[in-house]
Amino acid sequence: MELPQDGLLLVLKEDCETCRMIAPLAAELEQRGLLKATHSQDNPAFPSGMAVIDDSGLETSFGLDIETVPTLIRCEGGAETGRVIGWHRGEWQNLTGVNDLGVDLPAERPGCGSLSVSPGMAEELQVSFGETGLNAREVDVDFPNDPIEQMFDRGWTDGLPVVPPSPTRVLRMLQGTSLAPDHVLGPIPPSGEICTVEKAAINAVMAGCRPEYFPVVLAALDAAMDPDFAWQGLMSTTMGAGVCVVVNGPVARRIGMNNQHGALGHGNRANATIARALQLLVINLGGALPGGTDRSTHGHPGKFGMAFAEDESDDAWQPLAQSRGIAPGKSAVTVFGFCGTSINNTETLRDADDLTLSLAMCLNSLYHPQHAGGGIAGMLVLSGEYWRIYREAGWDRDRIEQALLEHTQRAAAAVETGETSPGKGDNLVPKFGPGDLVLARTGSNAGLFSTIIHGWGSGPRGSQPVTREIVP
Amino acid sequence: MTQGTTLLDPTSEKAGGMRRPIAPPPSLDRLTVGFLDISKPQGDIFLDRLETLFGERQIKVKRFAKLTSAKQASEEVIADIAENCDVVVEALAD
Repeated sequence: MELPQDGLLLVLKEDCETCRMIAPLAAELEQRGLLKATHSQDNPAFPSGMAVIDDSGLETSFGLDIETVPTLIRCEGGAETGRVIGWHRGEWQNLTGVNDLGVDLPAERPGCGSLSVSPGMAEELQVSFGETGLNAREVDVDFPNDPIEQMFDRGWTDGLPVVPPSPTRVLRMLQGTSLAPDHVLGPIPPSGEICTVEKAAINAVMAGCRPEYFPVVLAALDAAMDPDFAWQGLMSTTMGAGVCVVVNGPVARRIGMNNQHGALGHGNRANATIARALQLLVINLGGALPGGTDRSTHGHPGKFGMAFAEDESDDAWQPLAQSRGIAPGKSAVTVFGFCGTSINNTETLRDADDLTLSLAMCLNSLYHPQHAGGGIAGMLVLSGEYWRIYREAGWDRDRIEQALLEHTQRAAAAVETGETSPGKGDNLVPKFGPGDLVLARTGSNAGLFSTIIHGWGSGPRGSQPVTREIVP
Repeated sequence: MTQGTTLLDPTSEKAGGMRRPIAPPPSLDRLTVGFLDISKPQGDIFLDRLETLFGERQIKVKRFAKLTSAKQASEEVIADIAENCDVVVEALAD
């Protein structure tokens, strides 16, 4: 950015009342030989009768870090030695050395926002004129080629269209974190290629995330990279597992996540895109393609990514994150490896004990009704009506969980025969090992059924749910 | 005319290297064969049978196992195989 050797430089725009007010002064300063350069952001013919430099590309405004117009800058020896923002008669007089400047004008008037700082413009200008700090290879798609089709051709998608990750969009995504773009997050399975914050941001853009979702994506990534989660196994298993992300705390409301009607399904951008970002990383960095290192026999729709917020509106329900050690008021994610969902439908039941028996029967069907002895994870997602039955009976999270663990136990002899009723007495075999049954609450308050999320192999030899606090 | 679009590469930017498998040895005489059980159910049945057959031919076998099929083999197991075996049989079964 070259400044006048000695003299004044002015940046203004016609669409600014204060700029129009001081336009005659600008002409006066130019006539006196004091104003050496006038840059107009929106109309090179404004102010009329002056030698105006067209800055509609905003390069000068960006280079001078102009936030407000008018901005008057004094230059000496080719360097800035002072500036006045907006109109302040005394300051303008001091900067220009013209003591009677603008005596007929009000003493002061604020300026207007510079076009260089209008929403979304900062990153555009950084890409055009500044240092982005981005290291990813740039791929140019010439007009009239369609970038969305090009991304399909390059194998960068999960089968659905993705948002083109332009440098501008990626810079905006990076506004969602204080981490540097080259910060290393860890390996992405199955290939183990290292993921930086920049690569995560690129894939989050492609998934359709907004920048404010990015801290949730990064926390979910950190959780998924925990060896306890066994992400490598989940992404390559023949069982076709995906990643389910449960979001707790204030962030869920802040980014508008759905925890009511259809929370596990479509229709909400944050729910739809947060886990998708992880899956795109598995494809693009991890190299997982069905039939390649993703060995899914069937796969399932949740492999596009599933995220939902828990309903924390009832203080009687302990949120999942708090049950896993996160302090109240904090935001957190919990990742859970899963192989699909099913429904428990008991529309005629109104009693907590009966409901528990019904749910236990469905939970016992995970993997297979004859499977027992642990090694399988399951998440029960209670709807509003199911929770109401428990709440009115005075049950809380712990009691529901303990009752379900108890009623999913069966007599060892019954397991052999496939008998599914709860066992009593001695020699009982549990369905779930410690920590393998996860309870969450989301969905609307209408509907006497609940969703069971089918987990994958669990425990230390499989995938364990992992929770991480979301750091802004 | 409309300008083109610049995309940032979401991949690792590494070309997948093509590695040719090493040629199988002409004979297993005086070689050590590592058996890696990845801990899938019934993989041991396959390896037990193979070990019996190899034993009948006086082929030296060394057994290894992953802790779980869900996770990668430990660095120690991989290093042990690399150091002490000439060829490896990896068993995948259900």
